[in-house]
Amino acid sequence: MKTYTYTEKKDTRSGFGAGLTELGRTNPNVVALCADLIGSLKMNQFIDENPERFFQVGIAEANMMGIAAGLTIGGKIPFTGTFANFSTGRVYDQIRQSIAYSGKNVKICASHAGLTLGEDGATHQILEDIGLMKMLPGMVVINPCDYNQTKAATIAIADYDGPVYLRFGRPSVPIFTPADQKFEIGKAIQLTEGTDVTIVATGHLVWEALEASKTLNEKGISAEVINIHTIKPLDEQAILDSVSKTGCIVTAEEHNVLGGLGESVARTLALNNPTPQEFVATNDTFGESGTPAQLMDKYGLNAATIVLKAEAVIKRK
Amino acid sequence: MLNTKHLEDLTTQVRRDILRMVHKVNSGHPGGSLGCAEFFVSLYSEIMDRKKDFNMDGIEEDLFFLSNGHISPVFYSVLARSGYFPVDELNTFRLIDSRLQGHPTTHEGLPGVRIASGSLGQGMSVAIGAAQAKKLNGDKHLVYSLHGDGELQEGQNWEAIMYASAKKVDNLISTIDLNGQQIDGSTDDVLPMGSIKGKFEAFGWTVLEIEEGNNINAILKGMAEAKSKTGQGKPICVLLKTVMGNGVDFMMHTHAWHGKAPNDEQLAIGLEQNAETLGDY
Repeated sequence: MKTYTYTEKKDTRSGFGAGLTELGRTNPNVVALCADLIGSLKMNQFIDENPERFFQVGIAEANMMGIAAGLTIGGKIPFTGTFANFSTGRVYDQIRQSIAYSGKNVKICASHAGLTLGEDGATHQILEDIGLMKMLPGMVVINPCDYNQTKAATIAIADYDGPVYLRFGRPSVPIFTPADQKFEIGKAIQLTEGTDVTIVATGHLVWEALEASKTLNEKGISAEVINIHTIKPLDEQAILDSVSKTGCIVTAEEHNVLGGLGESVARTLALNNPTPQEFVATNDTFGESGTPAQLMDKYGLNAATIVLKAEAVIKRK
Repeated sequence: MLNTKHLEDLTTQVRRDILRMVHKVNSGHPGGSLGCAEFFVSLYSEIMDRKKDFNMDGIEEDLFFLSNGHISPVFYSVLARSGYFPVDELNTFRLIDSRLQGHPTTHEGLPGVRIASGSLGQGMSVAIGAAQAKKLNGDKHLVYSLHGDGELQEGQNWEAIMYASAKKVDNLISTIDLNGQQIDGSTDDVLPMGSIKGKFEAFGWTVLEIEEGNNINAILKGMAEAKSKTGQGKPICVLLKTVMGNGVDFMMHTHAWHGKAPNDEQLAIGLEQNAETLGDY
């Protein structure tokens, strides 16, 4: 079994910041907007190097989304930055009408997604954003797994013409994807080969899926782990190819079970190859205050839960 | 006084277009559309510096954003009669498979429309973004926007109004259609907004008033003055005092025709009051 190790942990939001900095140097049309969270979004270096291409909007996210839509008229490629909660739920109608329906080339970059925002609690821990965004026609939804992949995704979406939701987070997580790996929107990455169960994970849960696969391997269970960084458009073929070998699947995400990656996978399977599936996700609940690690354990978003679900789903074959 | 006969004729024809469009599908918003006919005709015929080839890249020409998208009939009529798409296409307003959706959208590729609007309160932010893109591009052209007065009840406007002055977006002229009416009644009855002029001024805008917002000469004069005040560090607000339903006597001065189409008999009266000038579509 292919195994993954890491030598360094970093937050995915810093991957976004690094990607944005690189875009600032290479693409003169890239502009950035922020709603009073420059430090949290790691946008400082882009701003230092390109002050004329940065727009501090203040605590006014609805206005930020509208301004971003307007900036595209005239050829700019706006990247908006704020927390995931304020990037989606707070401004849903602005995104819906002025960006998605209008087909504007805006990149909605959302940090502090999910439970791992931590101590600030449920007001800030959105677990519904993937669902909100994937329901919008034409919206691409990306949730990369580590620093390198977030940086690569940030750079890649500038070359894609259309609205994108890029979701990343606050905690330091292992860096295990290659720094030079090209990011292809909508192209799943198979991390391990396996024959007994498919584990499809996105974002912070990808590393947990790899950890789970090690434990499963020790138990004699061969798990195929797939990194689904792009939830929409979903790489349906990669999933179908894998379950045709394994015959069952576990999906894992830092999101509500309603509306997330798991439901997109379930729909794909229902239409093409009905397959037993178990879900690792929050179960229609809000989060709460706590450390990221405590929260992920309490809500079962970890390797141990993936192992349990994998064992359960294998029995349903 | 300018000789504005051709603009008056065009306005009359636009009124006919509006009435016939909403009558045909028994839906749409004639009241606000009629109230802004002179403004749209003046804007597209005289005020804006527009590209002759109707290229929609938004560069090196003045831009217009309609925030109160429900007055799409006047927008569509004036766009068509300005050459953005065939006048005959007005026949398809609100019909299935049409580019002329109930509220304007870029989604069906209708030339002249740069943003979807309809859900209120979003247009000023978009106009600000377009104006800031012009500044980045070194494009000296202006951005115009139109908003309903009732629409100012949406909070996003005030985020945008605060931002535009703070960031010195002085290549933006936002016009407020001050007709004093909204769906449920007069704006004073539904939610009194106090002094809109005072509010914009307090937020750091230059405010101009056009008292006769259905008088083409007054509009041309007022908008010329607005243009002359651009580039001075402040965004410009024009308070355009209009009469809802203007030009059709039984539709005037009331919110009753905000979103209601005339029946056959009412259409006939409205058309009689606005004799054909440039030819019906």
